[in-house]
Amino acid sequence: MTSTAPDLRNDQVAAIADKALWIRRRSFQMVYEAQQGHPGGDFSATDILATLYFGVLRYDPKKPRDPDRDRFVMSKGHCTGAFYSVLAAAGYFPEADLSTYMEPLSMLNGHPNRNYLPGVETNTGPLGHGLPVATGIAIAGQIDNADFRTFVLTGDGELQEGSNWEAALTCAHRKLENLTLIIDRNRLQQGARTEDTASLDPLDDKWRAFGWHVEMVDGHDHAQLLDVLSASPKGRGKPLCVIANTFKGKGVSYMHDNVAWHHGVPNKEQYEQAMRELV
Amino acid sequence: MSAAAPSKSGFFDCRDSFAATIEALAEADPRIVTVVSDSVGSSKLGNFRKKFPDRMVNVGIAEQTLVAVGAGLANGGKVPFVSAASCFITGRALEQVKADIAYSNVNVKLIGQSSGVAYGELGPTHHSIEDLAWLRLFNNMKLIVPADPWQTAEAIKAAAAHDGPVFVRVSRMAVPALERPEGAKFEIGKAETLVEGTDATIIANGTMVHRAVAAAKTLAAEGISARVVNMATVNPLDEAVIASAAETGAIVTVEEHSVRGGLGGAVAEVVATTNPVPMRILGFPGFVPTGSAEWLFDHFGLNEAGIADAVRQTIARKK
Ligand SMILES: Cc1ncc(C[n+]2csc(CCOP(=O)(O)OP(=O)(O)O)c2C)c(N)n1
Ligand SMILES: [Mg+2]
Repeated sequence: MTSTAPDLRNDQVAAIADKALWIRRRSFQMVYEAQQGHPGGDFSATDILATLYFGVLRYDPKKPRDPDRDRFVMSKGHCTGAFYSVLAAAGYFPEADLSTYMEPLSMLNGHPNRNYLPGVETNTGPLGHGLPVATGIAIAGQIDNADFRTFVLTGDGELQEGSNWEAALTCAHRKLENLTLIIDRNRLQQGARTEDTASLDPLDDKWRAFGWHVEMVDGHDHAQLLDVLSASPKGRGKPLCVIANTFKGKGVSYMHDNVAWHHGVPNKEQYEQAMRELV
Repeated sequence: MSAAAPSKSGFFDCRDSFAATIEALAEADPRIVTVVSDSVGSSKLGNFRKKFPDRMVNVGIAEQTLVAVGAGLANGGKVPFVSAASCFITGRALEQVKADIAYSNVNVKLIGQSSGVAYGELGPTHHSIEDLAWLRLFNNMKLIVPADPWQTAEAIKAAAAHDGPVFVRVSRMAVPALERPEGAKFEIGKAETLVEGTDATIIANGTMVHRAVAAAKTLAAEGISARVVNMATVNPLDEAVIASAAETGAIVTVEEHSVRGGLGGAVAEVVATTNPVPMRILGFPGFVPTGSAEWLFDHFGLNEAGIADAVRQTIARKK
């Protein structure tokens, strides 16, 4: 639990909600204009990203390689609409640059590239890389007894990659309490539901069995996310896994929990309807 | 079995041809199964799943397991066609491809979908311009890069008929059906000469073949006689055709792949150790910037004008 006074905290939660709305609208505009992207997963992750960048992470966008910064690894690298939007909102680069999404020679590739964009820790896109890289970052912090925390966001279908479970063993073995994994549990992958493809449930028991501390939250509830993610990890003695229950396409009625919007792109009518709903 | 219909004005997506062929083969051979990793749609195997629900194995997003399960299925008497995005089925699962498929020498067909830079703006993580360089090291694995829908269908049939590991690189980029003489046949390891010529030879494969043919036409109008060879099989190479290409005195290779270690590298190994002649290797220099596939082709000169230029320059280097 945070020690912030109740009304300050309410203000903070309201500010996060404003950012989340802005991210949904801006990222969908990017996808519409580029006629490419992964809007369903942008929307399931939006509230998590807004809470991290406007309530949890310690960073200075002017010093993106500051050794003391908290690290955030976007393992579900296909969701660049939301990721780039939150980075712009956080001040890493001008918002106007978002209009170049996927254009020739743009810094805003379909998957994030740390050599193009400040605020990106590692190049992702192939699933199942973020947690192992974050593990290395957290181990570096552990060796140095450093103060920074490391957060990583994965999809749920992504957990079918074995690399996650190899890293999970190392994290628990080394008691990496400075590392937090957030799982965007929208229950959909690219072509179908996770439970109809290679089922993950009971997912919380799996992480507990692997030696992690597990928290389950509503991944669209900013207050719940804020509480769980900003609580001090000191003394926990275990890495933290936050299973954020979400919906793919959250916020737009025709996209809600609909696998067609994994990499579906809107036509003009759909775009206009979404903009009417996202208010 | 006929390839699927063209999508726009005579251009085809070779994945349709793959899908139609594998469905027909599976009707006739009950041992054939498909193995996917959340890659049903991207492999265009939705219809296969409808027809043969029990003969598709979807392991989830887990390419190392995908390839290894393929090896196990072959051990159990199946003929698995393992299909996923080319970048992941090769790069992510490279050791499984090496140890479980190639070194174990088992009867598995790997289908690398949407190869090259077809994923365009999704960037180098999703491009597969390293796959031929990696797989070419496995000497017993047949590597086929078909150029059009007919050749894709023929390559899939040949892969099924061959007892051993085969990799077929299937593109999603729009390509036209190439003109061929009546009764043309496809054979693993045999190149086809599409345009005769004496001043230089363009050796291409996959999506670059029709561009090479167009370049040869441009050059012919200038009085330059360029031969065009479609080297669809990268392993084993058709060395006789390379030997006769060297007799034209200049060789330009073109591929939707890195300039390192792919078709150009393979041809250069033969040319340098037999009959060295001036050569030029066209492809991508390495990780590419953001852009659509067509934009990237133009940016790196992998088009009619770029190929024609390379031929002129290479001819100029003749002694
Ligand atoms: C190694 C790898 N295999 C396949 C893909 C193709 N792919 C991109 S997104 C995706 C589905 C991801 O599902 P999930 O992790 O649940 O993400 P979300 O629902 O949050 O979009 C797949 C299969 C990939 N990017 N990387
Ligand atoms: Mg998901």
